Amino acid sequence: MIATNKMLSIKNLKAEIEGKKILNGINLEVKAGEVHAIMGPNGAGKSTLSAVLAGRADYDVTEGSVTLDGKDLLDMSAEDRAREGVFLAFQYPIEIPGVSTTNFLKTAVNEKRKYQGLEPMEATDFLKLMRQKMEFVEMDKSLTSRSLNEGFSGGEKKRNEIFQMAMLEPKLSILDETDSGLDIDALRLVSEGVNKLRSKDNAYIVITHYQRLLDYIVPDFVHVLYKGRIVKSGDASLAKELELKGYDWIKAEVEASM
Amino acid sequence: MSENQEVDIIDEVISQDYKYGFSTDIEMETAPMGLSEEIVRYISAKKNEPEWLLEWRLKAYRYWLTLKEPTWQNFSYPKVNYQDIIFYAAPKQKITLDSLDQVDPELLKTFEKLGISLTEQKRLTGVAVDAVFDSVSIATTFKDQLKEKGVIFCAISEAVHEHPELVKKYLGSVVPTTDNYYAALNSAVFSDGSFVYIPKGVRCPMELSTYFRINAENTGQFERTLIIADDNSYVSYLEGCTAPMRDENQLHAAVVELITHDHAEIKYSTVQNWYPGDKEGKGGIYNFVTKRGICEGVHSKISWTQVETGSAITWKYPSCILKGDHSTGEFFSVAVTNNHQLADTGTKMVHIGKHTKSRIVSKGISAGKSHNSYRGLVKVNKKAEKSRNHTQCDSMLIGDRSGAHTFPYIEVNNNTSQVEHEASTSKIGEDQLFYCNQRGIGTEEAIGLIVNGFCKEVLNQLPMEFAVEAQKLLAVSLEGSVG
Ligand SMILES: Nc1ncnc2c1ncn2[C@@H]1O[C@H](COP(=O)(O)OP(=O)(O)OP(=O)(O)O)[C@@H](O)[C@H]1O
Ligand SMILES: [Mg+2]
Repeated sequence: MIATNKMLSIKNLKAEIEGKKILNGINLEVKAGEVHAIMGPNGAGKSTLSAVLAGRADYDVTEGSVTLDGKDLLDMSAEDRAREGVFLAFQYPIEIPGVSTTNFLKTAVNEKRKYQGLEPMEATDFLKLMRQKMEFVEMDKSLTSRSLNEGFSGGEKKRNEIFQMAMLEPKLSILDETDSGLDIDALRLVSEGVNKLRSKDNAYIVITHYQRLLDYIVPDFVHVLYKGRIVKSGDASLAKELELKGYDWIKAEVEASM
Repeated sequence: MSENQEVDIIDEVISQDYKYGFSTDIEMETAPMGLSEEIVRYISAKKNEPEWLLEWRLKAYRYWLTLKEPTWQNFSYPKVNYQDIIFYAAPKQKITLDSLDQVDPELLKTFEKLGISLTEQKRLTGVAVDAVFDSVSIATTFKDQLKEKGVIFCAISEAVHEHPELVKKYLGSVVPTTDNYYAALNSAVFSDGSFVYIPKGVRCPMELSTYFRINAENTGQFERTLIIADDNSYVSYLEGCTAPMRDENQLHAAVVELITHDHAEIKYSTVQNWYPGDKEGKGGIYNFVTKRGICEGVHSKISWTQVETGSAITWKYPSCILKGDHSTGEFFSVAVTNNHQLADTGTKMVHIGKHTKSRIVSKGISAGKSHNSYRGLVKVNKKAEKSRNHTQCDSMLIGDRSGAHTFPYIEVNNNTSQVEHEASTSKIGEDQLFYCNQRGIGTEEAIGLIVNGFCKEVLNQLPMEFAVEAQKLLAVSLEGSVG
């Protein structure tokens, strides 16, 4: 497949929860090497889209298709999607008492390796990898031996998400408001980390409310999600426009066209 | 234990059922069904017991007849019909066993299959094993090496003949025949079990372990374990157990007695994996045991660690009587229930001596439609000045049809002592599972990971080799608990 290097292809995706329609026909193509930003008012369905892509079972997909490198994503379990290279940095990372970040990640890394037919990683190699990736986000070493996310500050949790992303080296990363809760220095660090990880082989969907993040992680495309649809797409300048004008004009455009 | 291992184990066990459910086809000698004075005499005669022990049994039996089966707990269950149980079952074999060569190969194979090698393999790991099959002890390994140090480790039926003065002195000294319904029953009909004596000043050079296997149909298992640690001695002892899958319930009513003298320590660990019954709650073992230790001497210590994953019903309260000044009692427990299992377990810490200390860490995990209760008593007598207890009692629920209950009883009779109780209940939530799934960790592995994390404090107390075993068991017993 030399012709198209499209990695993720979402076609007319509709999803609901408990009978409530939330995604109403999403179309989106993401090619390897690209960064797509998704913006949109609260409740538009951004986190829902990321959860549906990651395979959260609570949502019913009623229509549409999603493929990752040509494979039907919707047909896979959440864990297989992850092993295929989908990573979601959660808007609200979950706490898991009693399980250290190190142990959790070791399990995750080795599960993925098993899926790929590889042997589990040697303990020393794993620890080396940990150290290396921790530097990316200047993660404090003491955090990795503590229970996963338990008692972490908001910012520490977000940083830990990016650290996990670095460890798992996904194809497609979805960052759901990773910038919220980060202080100014952390925002810069995390963004620089993401930029270092960017390559021609992976892609990012960055969900955010603020232009500031996009100053650091410059997107190739910006999309506006509203009422479960992508209602406007553009380049990085669209984000700047939104920062100035808010969403009312887009909402008005949408209402007018209906 | 390394984290690597933790993860490997959980991998390994995915999609296994109760793998100890097979039964061994072997020629057995059994007592007639049912219970009577005749049967008590039959068992005693089989063991060629001295007169005093027969009398002791008969007294217990007569007392048992006056008792009513306890019904104080909240749950109803099919009652035991004592006339439908075989109280003695033994593989037909030579009476005395001097070496393993004389053991029926079929039996050795059975234990091999259970991962308990009585022959070569186990020797490498440095654990001495006593294997009990239905009513009799089959073999005890490492006897000679232990003997050099003066350590006695043998079947209790053997100890009755070889060390009558010790047995006579200590048997029933911690759990009297009149203690409770099941203890009285056990005293009347106990068949075998292990006996351990550690002489003054000796640190037992290896782990001692007894492995119990119920094999025969319609039998009950009533073993009796007696461990004595003389002044300044130390021993770590572990018991494990399994049973074939059978549709009817089988009764296991053991009694364990521990005695520590001045500055002595006994560490007693249990990995209990009796057949729990099937997913609909049919069959399984009734595990009604009485375990108690007395810290007789000053600065002595008894530590109970248990991992309870099996049995249809478990009632079990390993206890410590802290009689010697400055003595310490510990109780570390993990109890897992799934499907229709019921577990009511905990401990009693009775502070009698001054400056006595006790610590309780209980982790209960309930899945399916099971119920899991912690029931514990901390009693500080008037003279037990400046004593301390710390209790931590955590429950974890998996799914929303299971129950966790906590019944702490606290009684402090002086004002220089300090008793602390902490409790928590948590639930493995969908969010946690999805988070794990999203990182490529499947649901069963995720539960294993979370549960092992939850129990870490207790698992860390187990000898290395058994900690590995215990982790596997936790994962296996929770299989199919979600989804
Ligand atoms: N489990 C649920 N049950 C009912 N409604 C839900 C559920 N999950 C999400 N919704 C609804 O779906 C809509 C979209 O929610 P979503 O979290 O995707 O929005 P969002 O775009 O991420 O918003 P924000 O910017 O505030 O993070 C909201 O109206 C929300 O209330
Ligand atoms: Mg959101």
